[in-house]
Amino acid sequence: MTATAMLVDGPGTAAELLLVDVHVLDPRTGIEARHDVRVRAGVVAELAEPGGLECDAREEVLAGEGRLTLVPAFFDPHVHLRTPGQEHKEDLQSGTRAAAAGGYAGVIAMPNTDPVIDSAPLLRSLRDSAAREAHVSVGFLGAITRGLQGEQLTEMAELREQGALGFTDDGRPVQSAGMLRKALQYQRLCGGVIALHEEDRTLSRGGAMHEGALSAALGIAGIPTVAESTMVARDAELAGYEDARVHFQHLSCTASVDAVAAAKARGWRVSAEVSPHHLLLTEEAVRGLDTRMKMHPPLATESDRRSLVEGLRAGTIDCVATDHAPHAREEKEVPFEQAPMGTTGLETAFAALYTELVLGGVIPLELLVARMSAGAALFGLPAPLIAPGEPANLALLDLDAEWTAGEHGWESRSENCCFAGRRLRGRVLATICAGALVHRDRSLALIGAG
Amino acid sequence: MRHLLSIEDLDRAGIERIVSLAERFAEVSDREIKKVPALRGRMVLNLFYEASTRTRSSFELAAKRLSADVVNFAASGSSVEKGESLKDTVLTLSAHKPDAIVLRTPWAGASELVSRWCGAAIINAGDGKHEHPTQALLDVYTLRRRLGAIDGASIWIVGDVAHSRVARSDVLAFQRMGAKVTLAGPPTLIPRGIESLGCEVRHTLEELHTADVVYALRMQRERMSELWVPSIREYAACYQINAARLAPHQVLMHPGPVNRGVELSGEVVDSPQALITAQVEAGVVVRMAVLYELLASARDADAAHPAERGGGAPPSAVGAEVGEGQLA
Repeated sequence: MTATAMLVDGPGTAAELLLVDVHVLDPRTGIEARHDVRVRAGVVAELAEPGGLECDAREEVLAGEGRLTLVPAFFDPHVHLRTPGQEHKEDLQSGTRAAAAGGYAGVIAMPNTDPVIDSAPLLRSLRDSAAREAHVSVGFLGAITRGLQGEQLTEMAELREQGALGFTDDGRPVQSAGMLRKALQYQRLCGGVIALHEEDRTLSRGGAMHEGALSAALGIAGIPTVAESTMVARDAELAGYEDARVHFQHLSCTASVDAVAAAKARGWRVSAEVSPHHLLLTEEAVRGLDTRMKMHPPLATESDRRSLVEGLRAGTIDCVATDHAPHAREEKEVPFEQAPMGTTGLETAFAALYTELVLGGVIPLELLVARMSAGAALFGLPAPLIAPGEPANLALLDLDAEWTAGEHGWESRSENCCFAGRRLRGRVLATICAGALVHRDRSLALIGAG
Repeated sequence: MRHLLSIEDLDRAGIERIVSLAERFAEVSDREIKKVPALRGRMVLNLFYEASTRTRSSFELAAKRLSADVVNFAASGSSVEKGESLKDTVLTLSAHKPDAIVLRTPWAGASELVSRWCGAAIINAGDGKHEHPTQALLDVYTLRRRLGAIDGASIWIVGDVAHSRVARSDVLAFQRMGAKVTLAGPPTLIPRGIESLGCEVRHTLEELHTADVVYALRMQRERMSELWVPSIREYAACYQINAARLAPHQVLMHPGPVNRGVELSGEVVDSPQALITAQVEAGVVVRMAVLYELLASARDADAAHPAERGGGAPPSAVGAEVGEGQLA
């Protein structure tokens, strides 16, 4: 199967669109100028100076007025679409609608569903559902071990043939070094990225938040940062030894960033992601025991947060991933220690990061845009580009728009968003996935419609 | 004061007000008829998600001495075992219009959460490993009666701090009352970062002799099976408060129930230095004070929520019922 075919496109039909006078920003092609952009037959058909493209009668027109910004659509290598088995939290439609609303044209769904995606027939039926229901392109990871039990490898080669982009035991990480080593060795046969949620459960067991002064004061068992960083260091070394391709999921602390930097310095084939919540929030957010702030790995300290931002800026951390983890209201409306881990993130990722990091003067916009779409290439998929002939995966942004997260509800079926109620700047007005207009903000008028 | 969720919500004056009120109620316990009509017509609901004998019965006794109606609701044998959530249980029980809910759960912050879901005054009777504020208030009450004032006293809390809600509430309450608190116990059972509460941490009892008050915590036997300590024998050898370790000038406290031969030797439990029985006695009067404070003297809250008060007497009348004359 080709890399592109591993991504399932939804049923959306390619639109004929003319984006007039938009500020095009593509960090990979280096374009940063006002343009007219024509989208036709699923690809970027033409780029020209503002006013350079004549409107065709069949085309719908999106007027940028020199004010709106067009960027390559975002790509999220870590989301939980909860299908099959937990559709009360999210399903393929609602999850990918949330992605589209956040400016994402592609996501990778995790296999810790019920049942776990640990066999080719399960993956096949899930891909069939996605082809019927998804609003954006969806890729899938298969489980590393059967049932995420950590005891026996899945039929990784068959899963690959059926389109698995890689493998992960996210949510219930592989504990045994010997087991993981077998998966890394087997990768030579089947390929695919091995994505690791790093957590030594003998260290994290029973914990519900970051271990430190606050957990001590709240009387909640803490999860020490070494529960993650020792596993990052161990598995980086295993990857180096086996020359395997490993991706570290949702880093949360300084020591993990350092371990990834050291692994990269040795030339080991590792990459890493970080979530918007770990980039913007700290354990202080947990003080009021708001269950939306309960996630794996837990929010750590301000100094950890700064290391993550610096890691992202410097490229030690390759991309932003939301770890979009929807949970039903009644599941989160319980005492903190009882609540499941996770926050949703697709609909707020860009605006939250833009508001805090770009407007805060910490990183430039082009770097944020690059890191928010870098996940595709890490999993062997083509990076989205704004260039003639390239697939039209685009996000149209209003960088001046101010809004409150969740003010009009959510596209996601769940509302457990750690940024809910925050005043944010920057809004995704439209998302184009493989040439189809998969999201359009109500404030954005379509002119024409031939 | 509308709820009692955490010692953190109380300043020194707040603690002193409750303790003084408890001192006035102490007299009621010595009467032949141990009852005042202060909370007549009010309903107190004991909602316990964990086993408890002394805390629950002492709340029950406190409420009854104030003439309130008491309903006990234990999670075992109830709809909770059938899978009902905390929120649904609280909403269901709220239909009976309790004036106060005394809540014990294994989860930190649960009482704060419940206070947002219903109109009753919530009293935290233990939320996970977080806090047990009425225990701390009764400990302050007991110590004040014995020592006069706590200001400047050195109090050592010894044992399994990690799993102790009593320790957290006591550290806060003793410090607010001017004491200096030291936590001592096995390194595996002292949470990292606890010194941020303002206390000191020791892992041996070498300096225990500097303490004025020794407060031993219960060492739960299941902690051994979870490998927190190598053996109860070694724990006792390192941390048991016994006659050799307890100096004559020191007083001894324990929240109960005591494991004789583990955290305390039998001889110190029975010594006149032990305030353990006084703590149990204090439990009732302090909880009377808390219930009274929340239900009878919370005038603002009553005015704001008249409908939730179940048609009881107007607050001013209730206040008058338990005026100085009646208590004296």
